[in-house]
Amino acid sequence: MSDVLLSLRGVHKSYGATRALRGVDLDLHAGEVLALVGENGAGKSTLVKMLTGVVPMEEGAIVLNGAPQCFTNAQDSQNAGILAVHQETVMFEELSVAENIFVGRHLMRGPFIDWASINAQSQTVLTNIGARFTATTLVKDLSLAERHLVEIARALSQKALVVILDEPTAALSQAEIRDFYGIVRKLRDQGVGVIFITHKFDEIFAVADRYLVLRDGAAVGTGAIADATEQEMVRLMAGREIDQIYPHIDSVPGEEVLSVKNLSHPTEFQGLHFNLRRGEILGFYGLVGSGRSEAMLAIMGLNPQATGDFHVMGRKLDAKRPGDAIAAGIAYVPEERQRQGGILSFSVQDNISLAGLSRFARGPWLSAMKESALCKRMTERLRIKTASPHTLLSGLSGGNQQKVVIAKWLGLDPKIVILDEPTKGIDVGAKQAVYHLIAEMVKEGLSVILVSSELPEVMNLAHRVIVMRHGLQVAELAREDIHAETIVAAASGLDGFSVHGRSNAVGVTA
Amino acid sequence: MKNLLTIRREWLLLGIIVVIALAVGARAPVFLTLRNGMDIANDSAILAILVMGQMMVLLTRGIDLSVASNLALTGMVCALVGKAFPGVNIVILIAIALAVGALLGSVNGWLITGFNLPPIVVTLGTLSAYRGAIFVASKGAWISDQDIHVAIKGLPREVWLGLPALVWFALIVLALSAVFLKLRKEGREIYALGGNPHAATYVGISVPSRLRLVYTLSGMLAGLAGLLWVGRYSIAYTELAAGYELTVVAACVIGGVSIGGGVGTVLGAALGVLFIGVVNGALPVIQVSPFWQQAISGAVILISVTVNSRSERRAGRQILERQGVLA
Repeated sequence: MSDVLLSLRGVHKSYGATRALRGVDLDLHAGEVLALVGENGAGKSTLVKMLTGVVPMEEGAIVLNGAPQCFTNAQDSQNAGILAVHQETVMFEELSVAENIFVGRHLMRGPFIDWASINAQSQTVLTNIGARFTATTLVKDLSLAERHLVEIARALSQKALVVILDEPTAALSQAEIRDFYGIVRKLRDQGVGVIFITHKFDEIFAVADRYLVLRDGAAVGTGAIADATEQEMVRLMAGREIDQIYPHIDSVPGEEVLSVKNLSHPTEFQGLHFNLRRGEILGFYGLVGSGRSEAMLAIMGLNPQATGDFHVMGRKLDAKRPGDAIAAGIAYVPEERQRQGGILSFSVQDNISLAGLSRFARGPWLSAMKESALCKRMTERLRIKTASPHTLLSGLSGGNQQKVVIAKWLGLDPKIVILDEPTKGIDVGAKQAVYHLIAEMVKEGLSVILVSSELPEVMNLAHRVIVMRHGLQVAELAREDIHAETIVAAASGLDGFSVHGRSNAVGVTA
Repeated sequence: MKNLLTIRREWLLLGIIVVIALAVGARAPVFLTLRNGMDIANDSAILAILVMGQMMVLLTRGIDLSVASNLALTGMVCALVGKAFPGVNIVILIAIALAVGALLGSVNGWLITGFNLPPIVVTLGTLSAYRGAIFVASKGAWISDQDIHVAIKGLPREVWLGLPALVWFALIVLALSAVFLKLRKEGREIYALGGNPHAATYVGISVPSRLRLVYTLSGMLAGLAGLLWVGRYSIAYTELAAGYELTVVAACVIGGVSIGGGVGTVLGAALGVLFIGVVNGALPVIQVSPFWQQAISGAVILISVTVNSRSERRAGRQILERQGVLA
């Protein structure tokens, strides 16, 4: 904790009209762990991309070990000694684990690649971090958590001055996280500067020495962890009080509208049982990759290998195609809105009317009037900020894009809405809007399944929470039993919630 | 586990080739003679050379539709050089073929990376442009047997150590490709960037320079193939090998090279070439009308693509804890 290893001064970055970073200063010392905290959309990912040379810096200075740096590509930054473990795994599925660790910097013997050394060195690193697979396994045969270990091994196998860990524990179990803390401390003891990005406060207090809070692209607070409190950090991150962000949900669930029995899949999930009542928000919580989205896709008829019984308002639903589920009144707003949800090159209006084109038909032709009427209604109802209905979706901010995607499904007048990570990657203001929209939906008698990895979201909105781990339904908690510790323990498999085989009805039922 | 599966697919393809050869041989024993085998090998040699270049392009999620035009243009250039300079020797001609082919290929690479254009559009454009350039270079005239330089004609008729020269060329290209793709950094990076272009940028692979490399290599091999083609058939003209790029892509696909990028092996692609060679060699022997041959080749391509994509289909993600770990 002596010299400044890495320092950033006045760093700026914009994407079009969005200012992702506005004048961030950061100091990192050798042998310390700096927690970089902030809400989604606060600019953490952009900062990481800039440090790793993936996006260019617009303004400002990066100084590493006293020398000013100018990274034009990822190779520059790696050569300078800055390595990142990314939030979304950056993996080559068809290649072996060893090759994934050494890709871009293959060990050579003369003119040829030295496979023996690559495999041996990879195996050593993997053994060190307690991985239970061999270096020659293909990455596509690994689970999400195992892939994270490969990423960590990749960073560890290089001579790094600065290691950036971008939410590395999102998919790790509690035991794996403990091993991981050991790895982080080992790095620190070797004099490496670690930038640790996470949402979880317990992790910050467990491993970090200092913190830096980002909000809306600016650094709003920094200090030693020893002097910090969780409340203070939450306040810095959100810039407002929690109860302002979450609306009050006062609807009382009515009769059962959806029942799911025995929902199973050969590799993804097993024995899911749950029901959903009118005007209810049912939270689905679990680590990334615990099988929640896959189960939702099954309800929509998008997961061909899944089996199970679905009843919608007492009638059996045979979900073979999404059309069946939509006709039964179920709408699904997918997680990756750019890939599965919205079409960026279409206008706002075209996106909104896409899901129910047949309703705008007048004979064989589409009725432009009906279309624009729906678009107008939805833009007003959801308060979508767009220059005109004909603006391309790509021209909207993340939060408004998400509203358009939700609008598309609400236009079908569904009875049940499944929202899969509806606030992923959008800023606090947009989140607040989505939460209020959810509250409004249940007030109108819609039922909502809210799939989320954000604990506060689930805790503040849901009437009931179902927790999934490794494809199993490990707990069902009614609102009065929803405590952060209980949910986290169930989701990450702490003692007492460890589940083996099919007997999985741990927890309390409403 | 998956390794095993790909290996098994290659064995399966080899098995099918052997079964076809034996079945045809049972009806027409002439098919199984050494001489016929050599003919098939000779016919397949040029295809194999082109397939190695195409495979590298396909690995990067691209496609090179200009190979047959490149082949014909380079072949024409070599024929014209041979006609104009009777003193030229085969080494110089090979060097010219490689250089002209590589130059034409690199144009594809530059257009694709420089303007960020889709490979299918760029190579479709150069397919026509190179074909047109042959007409310009030759003024539309054929260069027939008597005007083809003796060194060009002679090369495919050489026999070294009991194997025809064409087969040697193919084997050398196959071996170099295997070494390049398995043991060279550039080769591995081609697999990586085809498998996940986004991640390739993150780990510091220079995607544009690798793309330029594969299109240049594909062009270079097409150039070599052009010289060999002109020598083998002793003729150069505008329509030479027209449409052959589709056979090249087909051989890759049959051999298990994924159009989606990142998947494919030298062995698999070589078996794809052999398969096409055997089927094309067998159909006339069992007196299938040439009109049917096209249809049958097409059906074979569709069947193999379907089989490939079915075996590629993922069984879903492994989320449930695996048996055994569960215990």
